[in-house]
Amino acid sequence: MSSPPEPQPASTLAAFRAGLNATWTSAFTYVLFANYVGIGAISHDFGFTITWTLVATVLVWAGPAQVILVSMLGAGASLFEVALAVGLSGVRLLPMVVSMLPMVKRPGVRSWKLVLPAHFTAVSIWVEALRLLPAVPREGRIAFINGLGTGYSICALAAALVGYYLAAKMPTLISAALLFLTPLAFLMSTLRNARMLVDRLALGLGLVIGPLFAYWQIGLDLLWSGVVGGTAAYAIHRVREALQ
Amino acid sequence: MSALSGEFAAYLALVLVGFLPNEVWRWLAVIFSRGLDEDAEILIWVRAVATAILAGVIAKLTIFSPGVLATIPTPLRLGAVLVGVIGFLLVRRSVFAGVLAGEAALILGALLVGR
Repeated sequence: MSSPPEPQPASTLAAFRAGLNATWTSAFTYVLFANYVGIGAISHDFGFTITWTLVATVLVWAGPAQVILVSMLGAGASLFEVALAVGLSGVRLLPMVVSMLPMVKRPGVRSWKLVLPAHFTAVSIWVEALRLLPAVPREGRIAFINGLGTGYSICALAAALVGYYLAAKMPTLISAALLFLTPLAFLMSTLRNARMLVDRLALGLGLVIGPLFAYWQIGLDLLWSGVVGGTAAYAIHRVREALQ
Repeated sequence: MSALSGEFAAYLALVLVGFLPNEVWRWLAVIFSRGLDEDAEILIWVRAVATAILAGVIAKLTIFSPGVLATIPTPLRLGAVLVGVIGFLLVRRSVFAGVLAGEAALILGALLVGR
């Protein structure tokens, strides 16, 4: 981790450090670690080098996209197919980043300062940011997210390294348990964050509609289940507010 | 193909079909979020869509599991998620307790079923 290029006000550094420290108390750190142990292991099994695996972890910074990238490239799919599949899995990042950035920025902040927080945004950061940001002073929020993202990245890199070299020795049940961490932790965190009725409805509807659309083999099933479930939840929320 | 060009091709592929198609959504989000403030009404809808997509991911990973997770029977996976939610609710809505309870249920269940 390099130090900031120009002298920063103490509050920026303090906020960065607070974000970095938040990494170690976040339940997501353990989930992320386990997740990237799994990603390191499949990267090894598909014959990628360790350096490529670590660079991919930093550049892609989204678990599902990296799994798709490694398994499809490794299986010899065409570059166009891989790009399409990765691009589709990344759609979910758009509403996440759009809903998080307004919490992070101050009026008049330059867009380029938001590129790094946007890059760090994946499910883990999104969930933790919604929980932790309200307690962080607004002028320190960009630095806080950058600190949290840096902490998570270090953790993911260490995990990918471990997974890469343990790949051959992992029992099936342990690999399965590692993969199972992702849906469990996503569900628990979303449950905890869902305080408003609209969020609970969106969660419930998505849980039902998502697999239905996938079962019916509707193209872009996740995107559509998000739009349909999210819009229905929002509509119910509006009707209820109008009635009160 | 020589090792060097193979290595170069692997990094080129990483940037072109791994990094760019994923990152473009984040860049678009930076553009779309311009001028939106934290209390904008549309953000409630955007967050609902994001939550529903995430819920879909959770359900798909549990029901149509990838890789070795598919070797665990589906009822066991669903049961373990339920145990996790119960653990979460019982222990002060703790994410950690929920994850631990769910994992324990999955591993114990798998051992009992004899896998």
